[in-house]
Amino acid sequence: MAVRDALLGLLSQGPRHGYQLKSGFDAATGSAWPLNIGQVYSTLQRLEKSDLVEPAGPPDDGGRVTYQLTGSGRKELNDWLSGPVAQPLAVRDELSLKVLIALVTGAAPVDEVIQAQRTGAMSTLQLLTRMKAELAPVETLADEELAWALHVDRMVFIVNAELRWLDLTEDRLDQRANKRSQKDDQAAGLNDDNSDLKPQDVQA
Amino acid sequence: MKALELTNVGLVLGSGVGRTQALTDINLTVSPGELVAVTGRSGSGKSSLCNVSGGLASATMGEISVFSEPLVGNEAKVAEIRRRFVGYIFQDYNLIGSLTALENVSLPLELGGTPVAEARAQATSALEQVELGFALKRSIGELSGGEQQRVAIARGLVGERKLFLADEPTAALDDVTGEHILRLLRSKCDEGAAALMVTHDPAQAAWADRVIRLSEGRLVGESQAASESIELKGLH
Repeated sequence: MAVRDALLGLLSQGPRHGYQLKSGFDAATGSAWPLNIGQVYSTLQRLEKSDLVEPAGPPDDGGRVTYQLTGSGRKELNDWLSGPVAQPLAVRDELSLKVLIALVTGAAPVDEVIQAQRTGAMSTLQLLTRMKAELAPVETLADEELAWALHVDRMVFIVNAELRWLDLTEDRLDQRANKRSQKDDQAAGLNDDNSDLKPQDVQA
Repeated sequence: MKALELTNVGLVLGSGVGRTQALTDINLTVSPGELVAVTGRSGSGKSSLCNVSGGLASATMGEISVFSEPLVGNEAKVAEIRRRFVGYIFQDYNLIGSLTALENVSLPLELGGTPVAEARAQATSALEQVELGFALKRSIGELSGGEQQRVAIARGLVGERKLFLADEPTAALDDVTGEHILRLLRSKCDEGAAALMVTHDPAQAAWADRVIRLSEGRLVGESQAASESIELKGLH
């Protein structure tokens, strides 16, 4: 979806053929998003079928077709740019799933699952930060470098959010275990029932 | 030579019912050129680790040395090692409110015997590095919280220090200013200094060469930057 809309965006600058769109796309994204020329042409074909782009004229001597936006293409682009990108509320997220399965089954200690993930995510974040550190100050960056820098920032926030979720999960589970053991202690004081919380008991 | 070396270090705080084992069995080295981040939850011992590493708290067990000088023995000697090698950047800034930014940064150098003119020149340069060149003559009370934090950072970085101990160095700063400070610390390390930085923020920790994690006073994990060839595929 996004590539399609990005191509419409590039065509808003004027008619372009496939290679121009590819190099425009690479420049705009700091080459952070690999796109091959085949994808560009197949996307253009789909856009033409949907009447969002049209040939601006006959093919040139090299057989290349230059495309331009149609009226509905321009509307589609405006809708894309003016609306928010939807954040899915229910993500099929492997990390969530792994932590939840560990929690419910007790097949692996949750704190170890969390720590393994944390180490991996932190390595990625260190690598991203190293890339950031190698960039010159923002005011001196060329447009394409700026695109890359902004994209790396975005990746940093995504990985950072994961790490913070891991911290929060650990805190929540601790808090829950502490509250429960306090209750157990109170119960033990009343009726001498000293049952431990087992992973299988955690069904919430 | 290691810039910082901790061997089997333990720290007990308080006594009686309030007695807490803040650190247990810590083995850690930081080499010149290295920035090491310490992460962990509140109360995990991060700040304690920073404090014992700089001789601000005495380890109850184990050995600590800074550039092969053990942090034990008489107080004057430990103070001398700290003054020669260690720059501190701490959460509570401990700035002197009646003095200017420049005087606050220059004072520790002057007390250490650097001639006043030289100390002032170094302090000016350090304040310029944290983008406070405009505030040299302002008293601390006239500065915002974030500016005060940057004065404290300049005071930690000034001079010829070779080991920096930083406890949440950019807590009061916005993202862009915070990143500027981390770049500065990073470049000090790239030039051969060593640093141990406590932070709760993964994005800050990621500026380090190694990120270690404390839990209940023990080292429980360490991560290093991923190899680029593997990880970039994942990104795309």
